[in-house]
Amino acid sequence: METKNVMIVGVGGQGSLLASKLLGRLLMDQGYDVKVSEVHGMSQRGGSVVTYVRYGDRVYSPVIDKGEADFIVSFELLEAARWLPYLKRDGQIVTSTQQIDPMPVITGAAEYPEDLVEKIRATGARVDALDCLALAEKAGSSKAVNIVLMGRLSHYFGIDDDKWLRAIEATVPAKFLELNKRAFALGRDA
Amino acid sequence: MRQLTLGNAAVARGLYEAGCSVISSYPGTPSTEITEEAAKYDEIYCEWAPNEKVAMETVFGASLAGKRSFCGMKHVGLNVAADPLFTMSYTGVNAGIVIGVADDAGMHSSQNEQDSRHYARAAKLPMLEPSDSAEALHFAKLAFDLSERFDTPVLLKMCTRVAHSQSIVETSQRVMPAERRYEKNIAKYVMMPGNAIRRHPIVEERVRKLALWAETADINRLEPGEDHKLGIITSSTSYQYVKEVCGDKYPILKLGMVWPMPEKKIREFAASVSLLCVVEELDGFIEAYCRELGLSLVGKDYFPPEGELSQTAVAEKLGIPHDSGVSLDEIIPNRPPVMCAGCPHRGLFYTLSRNKCTVLGDIGCYTLGAVAPLAAMEMTLCMGASVSALHGFNKALGAEAEGRTVAVIGDSTFMHSGMTGLANIAYNQSNSTVIILDNSITGMTGHQQNPTTGYNIKGDPAGKIDLEALCRAMGFDRVRVVDPYDLAACDKVLKEELAAPEPSVIISRRPCALLKYVKHKPPLSVDSEKCVGCKSCMHIGCPAVSIKDGKARVDATLCVGCGVCQQLCKFGALGENKEE
Repeated sequence: METKNVMIVGVGGQGSLLASKLLGRLLMDQGYDVKVSEVHGMSQRGGSVVTYVRYGDRVYSPVIDKGEADFIVSFELLEAARWLPYLKRDGQIVTSTQQIDPMPVITGAAEYPEDLVEKIRATGARVDALDCLALAEKAGSSKAVNIVLMGRLSHYFGIDDDKWLRAIEATVPAKFLELNKRAFALGRDA
Repeated sequence: MRQLTLGNAAVARGLYEAGCSVISSYPGTPSTEITEEAAKYDEIYCEWAPNEKVAMETVFGASLAGKRSFCGMKHVGLNVAADPLFTMSYTGVNAGIVIGVADDAGMHSSQNEQDSRHYARAAKLPMLEPSDSAEALHFAKLAFDLSERFDTPVLLKMCTRVAHSQSIVETSQRVMPAERRYEKNIAKYVMMPGNAIRRHPIVEERVRKLALWAETADINRLEPGEDHKLGIITSSTSYQYVKEVCGDKYPILKLGMVWPMPEKKIREFAASVSLLCVVEELDGFIEAYCRELGLSLVGKDYFPPEGELSQTAVAEKLGIPHDSGVSLDEIIPNRPPVMCAGCPHRGLFYTLSRNKCTVLGDIGCYTLGAVAPLAAMEMTLCMGASVSALHGFNKALGAEAEGRTVAVIGDSTFMHSGMTGLANIAYNQSNSTVIILDNSITGMTGHQQNPTTGYNIKGDPAGKIDLEALCRAMGFDRVRVVDPYDLAACDKVLKEELAAPEPSVIISRRPCALLKYVKHKPPLSVDSEKCVGCKSCMHIGCPAVSIKDGKARVDATLCVGCGVCQQLCKFGALGENKEE
């Protein structure tokens, strides 16, 4: 199989590392070669962060370049817009509608663009946008946005739910398992 | 067992399987997780040393005593440890020594993007360079074998994309090497001139023997290709980009050991292709060696020495078409990293900004004090430089500078290399004011313990250095401690110490807001009737505070109730969240 590319983008501290860990585990268990590339260090401090997940028969590069992503999974709307050039022309965006003002917006040096979902759609990209923060809170914790997004992403993967759940079991701490299972279902069924 | 494993964790696994017994490191992105992961194996003694030089010397002692040892660091850490490194090349080892060094092309979290491969050549040491996690594990084990076989420390060079990428590895059991005992050997281990003169030819001979080994080593791999119009020499993550773009089209010489290089193998490879191309990140290191051999090639004239490469960069230069994606016709505001909500550094930097201080800074999360709106840092160079440079600044300008210039340095950075600069202030007597930002942890690299925290790498109680007592013992009579959440106290202490006619140390003490044991207050709320929209609360650059529709707004998901913004509000509009 040709290598498939998933980018997970968001704001440092939102939990993208756990999402990539889960996805990596799931895909390795399906027998794929997998590479996951992460960001550590200074950028994690509230900056724009990106994680790359690549899978296929044989994966070489650990990174995804412009025009290569089959999926962009975004924790935040502005980040979906920022990383849009990395999407393939027939690629799919799965994004939370949450908006977090970056420092230039907070200080008034820049404005947070309006109607981003519509503008991204106008470029021809397919966008699946949902309020993941509200769904995560409904599941029991605002920190479960990452698993809500994974639930939504599962629509497009053609991998059975029980395999996703097994990957969740292998990735999240036992005491948060039920909460995360709820978050996954809420994202999937939204 | 097959596992998806981070490159750094794969190195740790390799160290474990190779029977490594002692690890001493200093944290530094992107090298930190090697030592953190290794500390999870009970069979290995692991520690955070105060700095890389101490770590490397510790490891040297452990090798001398007969145990396989490892120290890990980032590229700039190797500068700190360069002193022991160059002479350990002369002494060689007893049990194997592997030195992990991680470069940061693209400067994801670094102050420069120097290329560590030059150290291998300069110190005449072998350097292995893995290109994924499986190789990271394999090369870590191989490095110990080479170390003992050739009597040399071995450098294991990582880069951000290998260190911080997960790929699949096969693990195996830990195998302990044959026991080595410490044996007194003055001629080998006492590097005074008479002995070192005899060791130098041994070093040169060792490089020749390693170069011969490199000719037949399977880690320097020739991969055949269909089209001999082009042949590519590459290593590390660059190899992955080349394979991604070219597959099996062109022959590739993939170097697993980048120093010394296999002369004959490279010459034969060059002769088998029409055009030789070297693809490598940062400097033209392999290229320079090939040019010394008189080979003509393309390299850095195509692939720049700045930043990271990628499959696109390789494809573009090889003339392979590539879709560049679609962007929005819209200005996307940047999202630079910021100090977290509740960060204890914020109050102190606000005070420095208000007092119009010239701030000489250092390496850590607090380097973000240079970012607007605080913009209260004017110099950052390397670990510890704030303290020494402040002394020089004040010596150069005297009273003109002394009353308004300060150094700021974190607790871990102070332990790393701030103490010696402080000794210079005490000894050569500049009227300097040094501020130690004591957040009780090494923050930037992800919360590692250090000599001031009272805990070791495993989180168990350990020795704890008393910063106040240390500064006093160095001759500072004025040592003040202040809570950076208390702006009035910060302002008072800063003014007093800048005015004092003698050197002083201010310790700004409060634990990092992200530490799990730190208990936060409820988020603040805005009384919109009292708020006049004056934006005073915006001067601190807190990500939780913004202005919406002319009024202050506090993001309750971010706010930890530190109260710094509250102290700036003259109208009492910011208050603790009232129950509805």
